[in-house]
Amino acid sequence: MTTATPSAPNPPATPTNKLGFTKQDYVGSKSTLCAGCGHDAITAQIINAAFESNLEGYRVTKYSGIGCSSKTPAYFINQGWGFNSVHGRMPSIATGASLANRNLINIGISGDGDSMSIGMGQFVHAVRRNIPMIYIIEDNGVYGLTKGQFSATADKGSHLKSGAVNDLPPIDPCTLAIELGCGFVARCFSGNPKQLNTILKAAFAYEGTVVLDIISPCVTFNNHDASTRSYKHVKDHDFPLHDLGFIQYSEVEDVEIPAGQTEIVTFPDGSKVAIKATHEGYDPTDRFGAMKAVHESMAKGEFLTGLLYINPTQPPLPQVLNLVDEPLNSLGEAQLKPSEATLNEIMQALM
Amino acid sequence: MTATLAAPATSGGAKTRINDFSIQVATVNGSGSQTANTVLLRAIFQMGVLVSGKNLFPSNIAGLPTWFTIRASAKGYVARKASNEMLILMNPETAKDDIAKADPGALVIYDEPLQLDKLRSDLAYIPVPFQKLVTASCPEPKLHKLVKNMIYVGVAARLLGIDMEEVKKAIAKQLKGKAKAVELNQTACTAGYDWAMENLEDQDHIKVIRDNKTQGLIIVDGNEACALGALFAGVTVVGWYPITPASSLVETFIEYAEEYRKDPKTGKSTVAIVQMEDELASAGVVLSAGWAGARSMTSTAGPGISLMSEFIGMGYYVEAPGVFFNVARTGPSTGLPTRTQQSDVELCAKASHGDTQHINLYPGTMEECFQFSYDAFDLAERFQTPIFVVTDLDLGMQNWSSKPFAYPAKPYDRGKVLNQQQLADMQDWGRYKDVDGDGICYRSLPGTPGGKGAYFTRGSGHNAYAQYSEKPEDYLAVVDRLKRKYETAKTHVPGPVFRNLGSDKGVLAFGSSDPAVIEAQDILAEAGLKTDYLRLRALPFTAEIDAFVKEKKVVYIVEQNRDGQMANLFRETYPEYATKFKSVLHYDGHAIDAKCIVDQITAFEQK
Repeated sequence: MTTATPSAPNPPATPTNKLGFTKQDYVGSKSTLCAGCGHDAITAQIINAAFESNLEGYRVTKYSGIGCSSKTPAYFINQGWGFNSVHGRMPSIATGASLANRNLINIGISGDGDSMSIGMGQFVHAVRRNIPMIYIIEDNGVYGLTKGQFSATADKGSHLKSGAVNDLPPIDPCTLAIELGCGFVARCFSGNPKQLNTILKAAFAYEGTVVLDIISPCVTFNNHDASTRSYKHVKDHDFPLHDLGFIQYSEVEDVEIPAGQTEIVTFPDGSKVAIKATHEGYDPTDRFGAMKAVHESMAKGEFLTGLLYINPTQPPLPQVLNLVDEPLNSLGEAQLKPSEATLNEIMQALM
Repeated sequence: MTATLAAPATSGGAKTRINDFSIQVATVNGSGSQTANTVLLRAIFQMGVLVSGKNLFPSNIAGLPTWFTIRASAKGYVARKASNEMLILMNPETAKDDIAKADPGALVIYDEPLQLDKLRSDLAYIPVPFQKLVTASCPEPKLHKLVKNMIYVGVAARLLGIDMEEVKKAIAKQLKGKAKAVELNQTACTAGYDWAMENLEDQDHIKVIRDNKTQGLIIVDGNEACALGALFAGVTVVGWYPITPASSLVETFIEYAEEYRKDPKTGKSTVAIVQMEDELASAGVVLSAGWAGARSMTSTAGPGISLMSEFIGMGYYVEAPGVFFNVARTGPSTGLPTRTQQSDVELCAKASHGDTQHINLYPGTMEECFQFSYDAFDLAERFQTPIFVVTDLDLGMQNWSSKPFAYPAKPYDRGKVLNQQQLADMQDWGRYKDVDGDGICYRSLPGTPGGKGAYFTRGSGHNAYAQYSEKPEDYLAVVDRLKRKYETAKTHVPGPVFRNLGSDKGVLAFGSSDPAVIEAQDILAEAGLKTDYLRLRALPFTAEIDAFVKEKKVVYIVEQNRDGQMANLFRETYPEYATKFKSVLHYDGHAIDAKCIVDQITAFEQK
């Protein structure tokens, strides 16, 4: 694999990662979202985690659908290719491109409207297929870009700014993802950068679909006292599951895992996540336990955050399809076009 | 040879129709009649006689009526013929109706207990004790239903004078590799043949005489031909969703890919095929795979194109390649899913909201199904846009005889894709900059190393550098260039095929209408009306089409839909000649036949 060189010379004081890039090399265009938007905090952590994880920017692809969240791929990792597609259909865009080139690092950014309403079908099937991508849902319970309608993740009984009350129960992306067999399910709060950073770094090391639901309050349409997704409400009801340590795989460095009440999950690339449970007995490798914990916490009105479920052994789609190791888009005529003798053989069979 | 037949007698007034007739077989869907009918068709083909088959089947798995028509033609006409010289009636549900519609003088083979012979006096009845023959020839009762149909093949073979060895060969071919089934069916077929030999008088109404017209020809359907085109074109990503009549295109491709698209060293696949959750997702996969540098395709029918339309418009605007096969069926809505029509012309020409124009290919023969499918991948990458290959159920699912396909020696055209070095050498690259003046820009593929070439693809307004823009001048620059790109395509798409008899009256058709138009053109010429026939093979219209429209006093546009959709495109493209275009239409779900074309053109001419 070719290693790219930094695009600009840096002053000596600027820290660089193992590839020699500065954090500046992972930024994107200026955000056009409302000042103070939770989505911008997420963008900042994607930049930090990509820098710290030594991502090769040219391998990064960023996909989105329609909505405020879907604008954000323009705001990070300009070295990567972006594709802002149509409403609710981001997963199929990520599917096609990830099959065309299995070397890509795929980041999908969606919102609660984009994924849990119009895009529910594609969300469900992308997760089921375990396509290699980090699927981030920037979840604010409201349609921002069309000025404040309820989304399908809005809690029953929550209020709009206009005073309208939501009468319908919410859909929870995390339990849904666990049900669908997703091997990496986490929930974060945009106001907890440390936790988000660690989970993103672990997500970058994971091979299949990561579903990451990030509660990201809308400062304009859903940040009033009666909202269950306002900053204040989420801050008061955010219950982090555990302390999380992510150790990226390295051939040189030995990895030290703290002893004690810590569970270690090893990824196929050798990276490890060390999980120190703060909830008594919480085991993120226990699928049914994870479902139970999330449901119990929802019943109490809490947002349980952290790594909810992990199973790093599931093969991603290119592996399931038994694709050749080289990216399909790199195959030439010699590998793809059968010979004239083959055509004649087929024609003979049709005579 | 089981028996030798005397040469057909020509007594009884009417001349024997040698190698020139239609047989209609009425059966129940799911009874295995498709195998029997294909065997009969193949046996006639092996006798060296040009033959075509049309399966008129219901949207149902088992139990509803189905009809199969086999047409033999010494002159090589392969369109559906509206009249039939032989009927084989196996379905009690439809038998009376089939008799009522029969052409006078037709031979009627039927299951004896149906007692059809009192219904009309102008038909020649051949009652056959099918159950008795089945019981005697097949020891396993549960297989009786399946082999019963083979008995009528034997009876028909005897009456038509088809060599039983050819029938046996056809059975072996049809049931390749299933030794027990071959034996069972050959036995049943022979039982029918022998029974007919002993119990029926020979007839001189219609006969098959050995000829040499099919030497070296293949029998294939359009879906298989398209699948082979895609195989040789090197498709690497397929996203699809099952729909009649398009499913067998991908399903056949899957079979070929199993054999021909495995890496010989590792056994791993060089193509990703994913059955998606719906057509919307299929379209997303196709366009994003194309965007990422794969050769990608899907296969669908009208309802699928409707669902895909939002994505297709995006593909047009962001300029992502992909091949969309539309095997058209009868609309609107669910319509008649198992019947044919050309009613997606305007849909595929302009799929999606906003101003959109798409390149369409209309193959009219099996060789073109193969070649155009191959070419479609080149066009998609050259023009960086969705390409439609539009066939229909008649082309896609019916049996056609064809010359073997020529090897597509032309190397792949991967279009204007910049590699790492070319990107490094470029001073001022913009994804949507028209450097060459042909409307086609240079693109980069995600994952290209070197730190240059990354860009942001968006379905929203963008400028030449792929940046978000709402400026009127940026918007116009893009959409006007897209129009220029479409103009460029005029010199890249296949031009029309002419069959000129020397006339200022034009006939214009496309796709599966071709055989019926050729036959109609000959019938009209015999009656004194010469026409020049142009077969359209693509959108946009090329210079030859401009000339044809300009030259002719009248252009009869033959198409299989109610609204004259192709004629509408012509009126829109050539408003100054709008009154020249007269619509000749056929849209009842059956394949078009020559008679309906002759009748309508004659009526116009008499006005």
